[in-house]
Amino acid sequence: MRRDPHHQRDGQRAARSTLVLLLLVCATLITLDYRGGNDSPLEPVRKLVGEALGPAESATASVVRPFSAIPDWFHSRTSLRSDLNRLKAENARLRQQLETTDLDRNRLAEYDDLARAASDTGYVLVPAHVIAIGPSQSFSRTVTIDAGTRAGVTADLTVLNNDGLVGRVLRATTTTATVLLIVDAESVVGGRVGRTMEVGFLRGSGAVGPEGNLDLDLVDESVTPEEGDAVVTWGSEGGAPYVPGVPVGSVTSVISSPRDTSQRAVIDPYVDFGSLDLVGVVVPAGTDSDRTLISAGDDR
Amino acid sequence: MSVLRALVGLVVVLLAVVLQASLFPHFAWHGVVPDLALLVVVGAALVRGAQYGAVLGFVAGLAVDLSPPSDHIAGRWALALVIVGYVAGRVRQDAHRDRPGPTQVVLTVAACSFVGTSVFALSGLLLKDPLIDVDEMLTTILVALVWDVLLAPFVLPLVMMLFARLRPSRVAF
Repeated sequence: MRRDPHHQRDGQRAARSTLVLLLLVCATLITLDYRGGNDSPLEPVRKLVGEALGPAESATASVVRPFSAIPDWFHSRTSLRSDLNRLKAENARLRQQLETTDLDRNRLAEYDDLARAASDTGYVLVPAHVIAIGPSQSFSRTVTIDAGTRAGVTADLTVLNNDGLVGRVLRATTTTATVLLIVDAESVVGGRVGRTMEVGFLRGSGAVGPEGNLDLDLVDESVTPEEGDAVVTWGSEGGAPYVPGVPVGSVTSVISSPRDTSQRAVIDPYVDFGSLDLVGVVVPAGTDSDRTLISAGDDR
Repeated sequence: MSVLRALVGLVVVLLAVVLQASLFPHFAWHGVVPDLALLVVVGAALVRGAQYGAVLGFVAGLAVDLSPPSDHIAGRWALALVIVGYVAGRVRQDAHRDRPGPTQVVLTVAACSFVGTSVFALSGLLLKDPLIDVDEMLTTILVALVWDVLLAPFVLPLVMMLFARLRPSRVAF
């Protein structure tokens, strides 16, 4: 097919004006969302798109889930043996940890009971699967879970799994919810070092991949945390967005500079954010939900 | 008819966005996944030209911005993919052919992947959403580029064939 030069020039001009128009629309959208913050005019649109695409993501994830386990079948005997040795070592280490933290555990249990008696609410979990993970290209660490307002999930609830703290719910549609992971650069969690009861703020480093660490800025500079100290959540008022006492991670290194008034510890989270699947959302007891809730006291 | 065509285009874009969020994380390397939405926009723009590419880029970008689990400021991926669609469309016009060759397609994908992720990252730097160091940014951009080029031979022929079918037959070019 031959092209008419005039026709082509017209096409180019049209393309250029379309480009300018669309760029202006994008700039407007960005400004609206940036200025709006939490009650930005785009929030309802986000919710609407979430309602539409959430079930599709859910369906895709449930199709893919059985296949994602296939690589595990090809573990050789040697790798299983090395896994066994590693787990044995880990078990021994954990047992040791348990013994040394008994005292703190007792103290914490007392506090926990106190808090529970005061508010008279136990926490229950809504089980949920991770159905979509935000790409690193977007430079934020968020995931979608397949539980929404119908299951009793609303914004600002704690999300955890059997290893520890995962994050908090940002927004929820009827069938899905978006979770901000604690390793996201915008996430701030109140943390407490279990051994010294020292408090501080945990910030996500936003790093890509397995080196997703947290920085703990300690308020008190006189007490130094040690390597391997466990860090738990400190808890927010009314249990939202973070409930107290959820394990977050262990201290891997401590950086203290004389210039700063506080010291910083690097925390390795217990949760493996690369392979998130089953998580639980902490909801108040007696929440209406379309699925079976897990009570926190069941496994004790 | 044209409404139906637009609808098919929209469905393809939404499918790409959903697969990118739900399927590709299983293949992710350090959390970086192939940018399927970007590949669809590049493929469509190579067949249909700059104007169509820019519009489809806007739609795809908006879908990425607003679909769960994204939480960044809306409009940033739309901005990046509008530029990607326009640039890829210009490549087609400069080629003076209806079908660009395989080498040209792969080079376009590489260039567009770099431009797209970079524009997104730079808009994040300007808006401080979120604060990420530049090293991290460069690594992510390069890994994403490698992913996109690797996936291009599987996705691009399909996308280009589909969007060539969707082209209205009466238009001369």
